[in-house]
Amino acid sequence: MPEIVAFNTIAAGIEPEVEKVQARATQVGPRGRKPRRALSGRNIMIYGTLIVVALYYLLPLYVMVMTSLKGMPEIRLGNIFAPPLEITFEPWVKAWSSACTGLNCDGLSRGFWNSVRITVPSTIVSIAIASVNGYALANWRFKGADLFFTILIVGAFIPYQVMIYPIVIVLRELGVYGSLTGLIIVHTIFGMPILTLLFRNYFAGLPEELFKAARVDGAGFWTIYFRIMLPMSMPIFVVAMILQVTGIWNDFLFGVVFTRPEYYPMTVQLNNIVNSVQGVKEYNVNMAATILTGAVPLIVYFVSGRLFVRGIAAGAVKG
Amino acid sequence: MAGHTRGSGRPNQWLRNLNAKLASIPMILTAVVIFLGGTVWTVVYSFTNSRLLPRLSFVGLDQYERLWAAPRWLISVQNLVIYGFFSLIFSLAIGFLLAALMDQKIRFENTFRTIMLYPFALSFIVTGLVWQWLLNPEYGIQSVVRSLGWTSFAFDPLYNSNIVIYGILIAALWQGTGLVMCLMLAGLRGIDEDIWKATRVDGIPMWKTYLLVIIPMMRGVFITTLVIIASGIVKVYDLVVAQTSGGPGIASEVPAKYVYDYMFQAQNLGQGFAASTMMLVTVAIIIVPWAYLEFGGGRKRA
Repeated sequence: MPEIVAFNTIAAGIEPEVEKVQARATQVGPRGRKPRRALSGRNIMIYGTLIVVALYYLLPLYVMVMTSLKGMPEIRLGNIFAPPLEITFEPWVKAWSSACTGLNCDGLSRGFWNSVRITVPSTIVSIAIASVNGYALANWRFKGADLFFTILIVGAFIPYQVMIYPIVIVLRELGVYGSLTGLIIVHTIFGMPILTLLFRNYFAGLPEELFKAARVDGAGFWTIYFRIMLPMSMPIFVVAMILQVTGIWNDFLFGVVFTRPEYYPMTVQLNNIVNSVQGVKEYNVNMAATILTGAVPLIVYFVSGRLFVRGIAAGAVKG
Repeated sequence: MAGHTRGSGRPNQWLRNLNAKLASIPMILTAVVIFLGGTVWTVVYSFTNSRLLPRLSFVGLDQYERLWAAPRWLISVQNLVIYGFFSLIFSLAIGFLLAALMDQKIRFENTFRTIMLYPFALSFIVTGLVWQWLLNPEYGIQSVVRSLGWTSFAFDPLYNSNIVIYGILIAALWQGTGLVMCLMLAGLRGIDEDIWKATRVDGIPMWKTYLLVIIPMMRGVFITTLVIIASGIVKVYDLVVAQTSGGPGIASEVPAKYVYDYMFQAQNLGQGFAASTMMLVTVAIIIVPWAYLEFGGGRKRA
């Protein structure tokens, strides 16, 4: 199946290169040309550009934090880049516990807990299913498996809008439309192509002798999975987890389409709070709420570092 | 194999490798029922006059005719074309430039990369809301520049229907260029050090080396990145919802939002299906030639 082989090269081709990036960055010892003077014109240009670019990237984060720490009178008077004269945490408290969406005034906390209740089971279920799929595809191929896998991968490119209504019907038939269970199923479905690809490539890269030796010793499908594959593949499970946690937490479309308002995830609730038309706009509360919503993926990003890069390099295929 | 039993005759073909088959049921269901079945279902129903509920009374191409006569759809498509074009050009150009800078054996590379990539961890909703605030004409960048003395300065893309799509573009580029930079950097690191040595010996200036040697060598990375960006562009939805909700008026509508609004709010399913089928066609136009170039036409490239 040339398609599948080629798709491998996309995902797998990127990963080793990322490794190489790391490898070269950590290389020590004399190498390359003679070191130049630190303040050559070229260096000033390179670092100058990079610093300006870095400031540009950091600016929105800075403005968010500053705005969220000001009172509304100060926002009306001052400029958005100025640090607060008087630091107040009231916007944060309000955003968390009493900001209004429509008639509900219990703040973002509800959305936060909904997102937790969506993200945790979705991540676990989607990874469990996709890793077993990937394992079956890598080590226990059966007739037709490659065909289904090709459909799955091609399906990853189909816009979600094409498939959401049929899924609504399927979920309604199953009686889970609007519930958290329904949304978890949806996240499992749409996470499947990329995760299956990720696990399949990883398992296929493990030494085949291990698998054969276990077979000779009489181990079956599940024994090999739980006793050999799973313990050997912790890094890829972590990558998959990062991918899923950030992806599912940041989702908006599926949350809006497949859940009832009381189960809306944090992103949907945030949008409803900030873009609600009634009432006076409280920009400081809005920014505090925005930071709170962005906090989880940001923390995952800063803690996981290099693994996140690996995850998105693989996840980039998802688009 | 698991199903091999002693005795006469071949073991049942269906029972061979049974566990793997059982374990693959979720994948098979997803691939066949949702991806294949769902897509075919939507395309078929796009030829019906379904409104509140899907029903099979075919009306030929009526929905498509109505779609391409609707001003809102035309604006959506126009926006997508502008947004897509500039987003491709700028993210490839900026991404590559940044990657080239990062590849100059600089110090603090990890710090710079962390900073450039963090927006990618944020959702489109968060991105859209931050930029909505920064571009707020009363308090945002415009008012700051005005307070510095340049009182006629005007920069309010989100409230000007002629340029609103560029306001969205700014936010999208802020969010996505870090990823492009990372992919490009990975591509640059994949290039043999000897190429650089050879061009240096020949005295070719660096910009020329990049343009004439390195970029052609990175063809694969460029195409992969292009496909990734392009299939993301077609799906753009959350960002618009957060930043402008399609406004002012209908000036920043996009196809994905058209689909959602007609399916779940205007209760005009047929229009929604027709519009989503058009999205599918667009993606196919991007993906099929790429898939053909990369994987079809023999296996000339290793």
